[in-house]
Amino acid sequence: MRIDQNQLDAARSGDERLVPTPGQTIGPFFGYADGFEQVHLPFRDGNHLVNPARPDAVRLTGTVYDGNGDPIPDAMLEIWQADAEGQIPQETGSLVRDGWTFTGWGRATVDNVGTYTFSTVNPGPTEEGKAPFIHLVVFARGLLNKLHTRIYLPEDTAALEKDALLSSLDADRRSTLIAERRADGSLLFDVHLQGEKETVFLQFPGIEYPDHA
Amino acid sequence: MSQDQHDPAEESFSNSHVLDPAATQDSQETINAEMQEIHDAASGETQPRVNFPPYRSSLYRHPTKSMHHADPETIELWSPAFGNRDVHTLESDLTVQGQGEPLGERIVVRGKILDGDGRPVRNQLVEIWQANASGRYVHKRDQHPAPLDPNFTGVGRTITGDDGSYEFTTIKPAPYPWKNHHNAWRPAHIHFSLFGTDFTQRMITQMYFPGDPLFSLDPIYQSITDQKARDRLVATYDHNVSTHEWNTGYYWDIVLSGSNRTWMEGDTDAH
Repeated sequence: MRIDQNQLDAARSGDERLVPTPGQTIGPFFGYADGFEQVHLPFRDGNHLVNPARPDAVRLTGTVYDGNGDPIPDAMLEIWQADAEGQIPQETGSLVRDGWTFTGWGRATVDNVGTYTFSTVNPGPTEEGKAPFIHLVVFARGLLNKLHTRIYLPEDTAALEKDALLSSLDADRRSTLIAERRADGSLLFDVHLQGEKETVFLQFPGIEYPDHA
Repeated sequence: MSQDQHDPAEESFSNSHVLDPAATQDSQETINAEMQEIHDAASGETQPRVNFPPYRSSLYRHPTKSMHHADPETIELWSPAFGNRDVHTLESDLTVQGQGEPLGERIVVRGKILDGDGRPVRNQLVEIWQANASGRYVHKRDQHPAPLDPNFTGVGRTITGDDGSYEFTTIKPAPYPWKNHHNAWRPAHIHFSLFGTDFTQRMITQMYFPGDPLFSLDPIYQSITDQKARDRLVATYDHNVSTHEWNTGYYWDIVLSGSNRTWMEGDTDAH
């Protein structure tokens, strides 16, 4: 549809907001990465926010599961995060990485057994005393709209205690948002779209999930 | 390759890993009745349901617990930055990627990306992907026996202008069969991936073409229960976008959910 001038004027004067365009599923054909052959949405080094060989590189990995507990092979995940100092990156170049610039954003597709992997750094707190987290958005065949969530780092337990989102959840649900740090320094974060261990998904102001009012 | 549409056992292709085998025998009438029942009980919804059983693949892939209302914090009030470093201007023309001209109807799709307050979304990444003029994707999981076009990959991207505008030159995609149910066909569509000024506005959707006879039969399109909301996904034929002896034209504006950022005076000069 076309937004006409009257609608635009009303929106810009604050009289009436424009209604958001509906989302739709990403479908099965959003692309794949097969060695150097990458088509559609995935792109070379999309999941490498930093070179995995860097000494401070952190592996963020996990598996996406459906309501039967089966891993799903056709999901796409994106992360968006602050840098190690807690600064919000505003550098271009995510799609053509130069190997040095930290853009804060990455895209990964899951493999045949539902596993994704990013190479990134631990985000710093964006404000003093805040619990650092990585924002995650999930798309998949069979999933009719995007799902947002957060991956909290497990270390700063005092900050986690005070976090507004986490403290509004009961212990079981809260634990779905906190990554596990493994001995090799990597972060493990599984996504459960449905079921007993269902991940907490976030609804931000302005976006509707009609059957989850 | 011949194929009897009336006997699934005769089908000579298989993409069984992208579907729910148990569901493929349901008739279109069964799906229609299920959709009707859901639509009758709904009103005024602006987004798709994530739990929409007529789309069989959604059954085990939608959250069942309530979505958790959250206020966006710091990083979520910003989006990654993209620019000319990321995307070459030629990438918005899907008809110049091969050695020769792709087959099919050459079209231009043009429009604007706006937020709920009518502010243009500037210098942001727009990505599209689509089937070719025969209804076939370049994808190892698409085994529909329609021809691939060596001159068409179906993928393009661009960066929006200062007024939020985008434009792609491409080929009109064809409908294609899928196995949600028996004799299921997707209406022709182009997938769009969009970023806003806030990462909470990130979205992926599908643009459709006006007057498609498959609309009423398609559980993905119909997962949006309100006709007015569904119409927002349909482009308008626009003769001003068509050009003499070259292409037909479509116009489609996209509205992202409202920005939650505090905007400064001067950020809003939207004209």
